[in-house]
Amino acid sequence: MTHEFLQNYWWLIMSVLGALLVFLLFVQGGQSMLITTKSEKRPLLINSLGRKWELTYTTLVTFGGAFFASFPLFYSTSFGGAYWLWIFILFSFVIQAIAYEYRTKHGNVYGTRFYDTLLLINGVVGPVLLGVAVAGMFFGAEFTVAKGKILDASIISQWGPQHGLEAIVSWKNLLFGFMVFFLARTLASLYFINNIDDEEVQKDQHKQLLINASIFVVLFLATVAVILTSRGVEINAKGSAAWKNYKYLHNYLHMWWALVILLIGVALVLYGIIKSLLNKTFRKGIWAAGIGTVLVVMTLFWVLGYNHTAYYPSLLDVQSSLTLANSSSSEFTLRTMSYVSLLVPFVVAYIAWVWRKMDSTKLTEEEIKQAGDDEIY
Amino acid sequence: MSDLLMNVVDWSRAQFALTACYHWLFVPLTLGLGIIIGVMETIYYRTRDEKWLATTKFWMTLFGVNFAIGVATGIILEFEFGTNWSNYSWFVGDIFGAPLAIEGILAFFMESTFIAVMFFGWKKVSPKFHLSATWLTALGASISALWILVANAWMQYPVGCTFNPETMRNEMTDFWAVALSPMAMNKVFHTVTSAWALSGAFVIGVCGWMMLKGRNRDHCIRSLKVGGWVGLIGIILTSISGDTSAVTVAKHQPMKLAAMEGLYEGQQGQSIVAFGILNPSKEVGNGEKPFLFDISIPHGLAFLATHDMNAFVPGIEDIILGKTRDTTRFMSKPMSFEQRREHGKAAQHALANYNDALKSKDSIASQQYLKDIKDNFQYLGYTYLEEPKDSVPNVPLTFYSFHFMVTIGGYLVLFYIVVLLLLYKPKWVPGRNKFQKLGYWIAIITIPIAYLCSMSGWIVAEVGRQPWTIQDLMPNTVAISDLSAGYVQTTFWIFAVLFTALLIADVSIICKQISKKSKTNLDVVETKK
Repeated sequence: MTHEFLQNYWWLIMSVLGALLVFLLFVQGGQSMLITTKSEKRPLLINSLGRKWELTYTTLVTFGGAFFASFPLFYSTSFGGAYWLWIFILFSFVIQAIAYEYRTKHGNVYGTRFYDTLLLINGVVGPVLLGVAVAGMFFGAEFTVAKGKILDASIISQWGPQHGLEAIVSWKNLLFGFMVFFLARTLASLYFINNIDDEEVQKDQHKQLLINASIFVVLFLATVAVILTSRGVEINAKGSAAWKNYKYLHNYLHMWWALVILLIGVALVLYGIIKSLLNKTFRKGIWAAGIGTVLVVMTLFWVLGYNHTAYYPSLLDVQSSLTLANSSSSEFTLRTMSYVSLLVPFVVAYIAWVWRKMDSTKLTEEEIKQAGDDEIY
Repeated sequence: MSDLLMNVVDWSRAQFALTACYHWLFVPLTLGLGIIIGVMETIYYRTRDEKWLATTKFWMTLFGVNFAIGVATGIILEFEFGTNWSNYSWFVGDIFGAPLAIEGILAFFMESTFIAVMFFGWKKVSPKFHLSATWLTALGASISALWILVANAWMQYPVGCTFNPETMRNEMTDFWAVALSPMAMNKVFHTVTSAWALSGAFVIGVCGWMMLKGRNRDHCIRSLKVGGWVGLIGIILTSISGDTSAVTVAKHQPMKLAAMEGLYEGQQGQSIVAFGILNPSKEVGNGEKPFLFDISIPHGLAFLATHDMNAFVPGIEDIILGKTRDTTRFMSKPMSFEQRREHGKAAQHALANYNDALKSKDSIASQQYLKDIKDNFQYLGYTYLEEPKDSVPNVPLTFYSFHFMVTIGGYLVLFYIVVLLLLYKPKWVPGRNKFQKLGYWIAIITIPIAYLCSMSGWIVAEVGRQPWTIQDLMPNTVAISDLSAGYVQTTFWIFAVLFTALLIADVSIICKQISKKSKTNLDVVETKK
């Protein structure tokens, strides 16, 4: 295994984790719907989501840890630079973690509505800003990197004075962010349809699915159009970086297999949505759309990092752009971590097994009524 | 370093300390209560006695409330390495990131998957599966602690790595040296077992309150037996690992040990201060006595730090001046602060020129610079310090925290022994005469004392290693991100307000749950009709 192979392998792992994270954002999408849900049906939705929220949370933490281990210069540059962007994201996830557990507990001080508001904030801010963060990897960010500065106690990664606020107000980034948000809401509807046995919820979620999926499809097409017509940074044989028009379109065309997988992914997402809308008894749309989402997001990561592409272009100094080669960990660390990554299929398998076991009977109002105080949110 | 930069460092440190302290308020209870619940559910599984199920569920409720806020405060810590310490993240990310990633893959998924079964799976999975889920949740929490403590230990004792001048960072060369370093092993055992001790105190304190109110005697006896034993085993193991930790610190962080003891000038057969009041006007090199008052045990520190009654233990000024009276044990090649700084500067100079030599293809010069880097790199961090006193941690905070921790540790040993002795004389425990009431109050008060003891341990570990982010290699001033002090100050207050608000809610819920559930019959499992 060469260093280059390991760098590519770890980018593949990051793409899998990133894709799973986007799929699991259905939890956030569901949270954003609570406010418009009838109060008597809200417990059903919250308890359905409450049994999954930790998976999304854990995937985010693991995604961060894996990025740190495999591409520490990204961790150093993006987190330290786009400070406000990441702080807002973290803030929204901190408040999510306690909201489920505390919302109905006696003595929660601030009342159930307060915790439901926290869930709403996380439901909107989480997907939108995570989308903004990923969009920055396509469209670039305002930073420079000079590793030698560490010698005279200066900061190696310098960022523009806005420190991430500029990323949040960029229309391209926001387009991406809202596309992720409406995808999360679409997946949430499909998840509720699958997970909850309640006629009224089913009816309501089919209506929600139509609205959110329609907006998502429009935003997705617009985002894809923007990405494919955007310039990207290409690295030449000597390791020098330069902007190149339509870089991501070229990458899809060059890596035709990524394009095929992208199209399969899109087809699966559309199949999951359309079949769920047309056939009210079809409840497995979440699986088709979920797998489709994972495939699409993986290909986005591939065109970002593979084919001599800088996955984090610098708008201030193109030579500072981050590539798999200049930002990764050493060969030894990547190899060591690769052995650990062999456990990932095992982890995915036990999660799937437990999920299946826990969801073999669908959630009903009856179950919630009969559950002890500690078994419901 | 400009004043502005110092402010960024100060606020970044304050923010990290704030988030770490809040996080550590909840983690030990998760670690210890997980084990206690596991034992209780195992007894239920083996006996099928519903009373044990009721007791298990009671503690599980408190576990869930505590777990959530522990998770909430934990995510900030991981990402703060990037947001506030970006130079650090590059300089050692090759080594430090690996344990964090392993923690995520091995531990977090285990916890988050099986905790759902633990709380919502009673009617969905078999009792055996449920018991496994409970133990796997507890195991996941402990594995998580293991890897984050391995990462922390590496910052205190950087092993298994080498500096790469071409990438300007440290790179891992031996994973097992990082994972199994004596510093890491001591830290893992000391921290995890201290969490068991704290959780034992929590269980005993809560039962003390219920008995004071005359509620659920049998439930309390059941809980006390498990909590008492877990606490006692925890505190004994903590004491043993504390002893080996002291030896490791003496070897690898002598400055920290000196600060822990308020020791400025060491001696052969150094005594240990059992109780002391530090002289506030004492500074490095001013010749004043370090203590206003102290009671010392002869040869105590020499024995505890080296397991040799007559060994020399260096003090703060010995380390700065490079003095020693024992070349066989410590500081066999004593080096003063100034000498270390010179070596650091040599490494810095060689680093600055190495890449130029490479570019100009001057192989002789580049080889020489490479050798200079290799020979001097271990002192690179001293280059960034200006005066000898910059290498000294906050002595009063380290000294008092250490002595408080040790004193309370000794108290906890006695506390658990007394609790267990009384438990096996059941007629002594549940009464409400004035001696028994006093005992219940002592149990209740022991909860915050145990928390303070646990927090003191972290203060010793982290304040005692200052000014280093990575021992001898990177001081805090070099590790930070390109941020203004105002930005970090703002986020500090945001997190301070948020975490305090959450802490209030957490304590309130836990108190309410205890109060509410203690009024129900905890010998039967509550079912809704």
